[in-house]
Amino acid sequence: MAQLAETPYPPLSGNDEVLFHPIERTTRGFYITVAILLFFTVMMVVAYITQLREGLGVTGLTIPVYWGIYITNFVFFIGISHAGTLISAILRICHAEWRRSITRAAEVITVMVLLFGAGSVITDLGRPDRALNVILHANFRSPLLWDVCSITVYMTGSVIYLYLPLIPDIAMLRDRGKKWQWLYRLLAFGWSGTERQHRLLEKGIAVMAILVIPIAISVHTVVSWVFAMTVQPMWHSTIFGPYFVVGAIFSGIAALLIALAIIRKVYHLEEYLKEIHFRNLGQLLLVMSLLWFYFTFAEHLTTFYGNEPEEMHILMLKLYGPYSLLFWAMVIFCFIIPVGILGIPKWRNVTGTITASAFIVVGMWLERFIIVVPSLANPRLMPSQGIYLPSWVEIFISLGFFSTFILFYVLFTKFFPIVSIWEVKEGREKSLQEVHERVRTYIPHPLKEG
Amino acid sequence: MARWGMVIDLDKCTACQSCVVACQVENNVPSMTPEESLKGRNISWIKVVPFPEGSFPEAKIRFLPLPCMHCDDPPCVTVCPVDATNINEEGIVRQIFARCIGCRYCTTACPYTVRYFNWYEPIWPQPMEQAHNPDVSVRPKGVVEKCTFCHHRLQKARANAIAEDRAVVAPGEYTPACVESCGPKAMYFGDLDDPNSEVSDLSRSPRAFRLLEELGTRPKVIYLAEGERSGTTG
Repeated sequence: MAQLAETPYPPLSGNDEVLFHPIERTTRGFYITVAILLFFTVMMVVAYITQLREGLGVTGLTIPVYWGIYITNFVFFIGISHAGTLISAILRICHAEWRRSITRAAEVITVMVLLFGAGSVITDLGRPDRALNVILHANFRSPLLWDVCSITVYMTGSVIYLYLPLIPDIAMLRDRGKKWQWLYRLLAFGWSGTERQHRLLEKGIAVMAILVIPIAISVHTVVSWVFAMTVQPMWHSTIFGPYFVVGAIFSGIAALLIALAIIRKVYHLEEYLKEIHFRNLGQLLLVMSLLWFYFTFAEHLTTFYGNEPEEMHILMLKLYGPYSLLFWAMVIFCFIIPVGILGIPKWRNVTGTITASAFIVVGMWLERFIIVVPSLANPRLMPSQGIYLPSWVEIFISLGFFSTFILFYVLFTKFFPIVSIWEVKEGREKSLQEVHERVRTYIPHPLKEG
Repeated sequence: MARWGMVIDLDKCTACQSCVVACQVENNVPSMTPEESLKGRNISWIKVVPFPEGSFPEAKIRFLPLPCMHCDDPPCVTVCPVDATNINEEGIVRQIFARCIGCRYCTTACPYTVRYFNWYEPIWPQPMEQAHNPDVSVRPKGVVEKCTFCHHRLQKARANAIAEDRAVVAPGEYTPACVESCGPKAMYFGDLDDPNSEVSDLSRSPRAFRLLEELGTRPKVIYLAEGERSGTTG
């Protein structure tokens, strides 16, 4: 032990004052952003009221395309949610030290976006007033009910997992004694930073980190099963579970990178969200892009060789038919462009990774659309009914969902630090030594003789 | 216990659509505006579907009256999250309009596309509103509906049987509106489990086939192939 005291890594000191700025100072840019986002939210409300009054007839849905962009959004949003909790939990468990300044930003995405994922399904209901029938008359044989269960657990788990590491930061805000005192006092839950409290908190976070991983994976697996459990052509696939999970993590990391880039720019956090964060996440994104392509290729090639008339009919519509433009755009956005950018180490910088991410987010939305719609549009016993085009109501509601999600995220940064202050501080004070010790345990010592 | 089923002889069917009209009237099926109709949103518990076959010079068209198949293994029933659709002990697949949340999972899971959604509040041309069948409830907007094999007629027949102290509904006492109205008498209805019934006899005919049998849904609507062909779906 005496030896360790001589470590050449003394604790660093630093000032995290900049992390409080977003909460304590409000710029004009903030109000303008909120106003723009609110505009889309209002449009969404108008569109939804129209739909409630008139019925789902105001959408572009028809027989046989009973599901359109609401369900696409549902799958997409739930997918984006895999950016947060899951990535953060994996990085925490692996003791990846670079995680410290990005975990919070990631976890907030999950909690916020889940509201809109679940909201998309409710928007899609013909009778949202009866939504609670899923509890009163639950039919556990239905994959949709599995969704209800796993998303509820996921939401609860993610909120706890976001809240726990937030407590010490809330206590800091309480002690600074500025705005919203009562709120911070309530949420800080009597945190005073004692040894015992720290031990309990660390334990709680560790347990939650392990729990949320299987929950997150189950969620998108079950979402895919909504489709895979039917006998519809190109839905009834055994690899849909892992395929959807891979797509979810893929689109989630892309969304996280975009969020980090914006936070870094707007709140001047270049010191916290460094190039290395983008570089590391960019590498992960590259791996996910390759994995996504592997699954996509396997799925379509198997269908092609099987040559079953019904499956082939749908496949050809995707490859050459009315959906081909969207299909090939998806391949270019999700694979060719990202691999082209991220495959070159020099381009794996902030600009490169967020360019790739922007394409991926669009491409993954297209992927969800291409999975949901073509299979429905061409049922076995019906001559084709043309192409589904979303109506203005569906488009406004979708835009509104995106903008309101961003609005909630922006508002979160106004109330809570978007970078975990105590974890960054802890990293600065302890982790150099901890890593040093950990590495020492890996190194083989010569066997002592005698 | 009966197992109700239908046999449709395609050799006799003239695609006159009287079954479609009879069903609309019997079951208070709402009519559609021309614009809605063009969007392909017609509700029609039984419809006559054209199937063009082959190409010139062997081109021909076949017509298939398509009601709900009342599968013994219905994919729609398993997927409903709120148990709003179920199969009763006599094999009729029913829909509980007052419970349906309108998620349309059943409509996407049904391989026959015979489930319909109420996109708007239902409408009827003026005088027809007064001519609703009091035995069938009018569906609100936002729920799914489908052919029930005129289940209300079974309830009536059963009530009659009980009043007359009979244990079971007599053959011919319960017939859906489409079968009753079929001009060329191409449709048969009865108990598939009764070895002496006409439907069970016809269901064993070499011309008998079921739609998409390979999906394992075990439909209880059985078709008799047109004269020159036999046995298989083709």
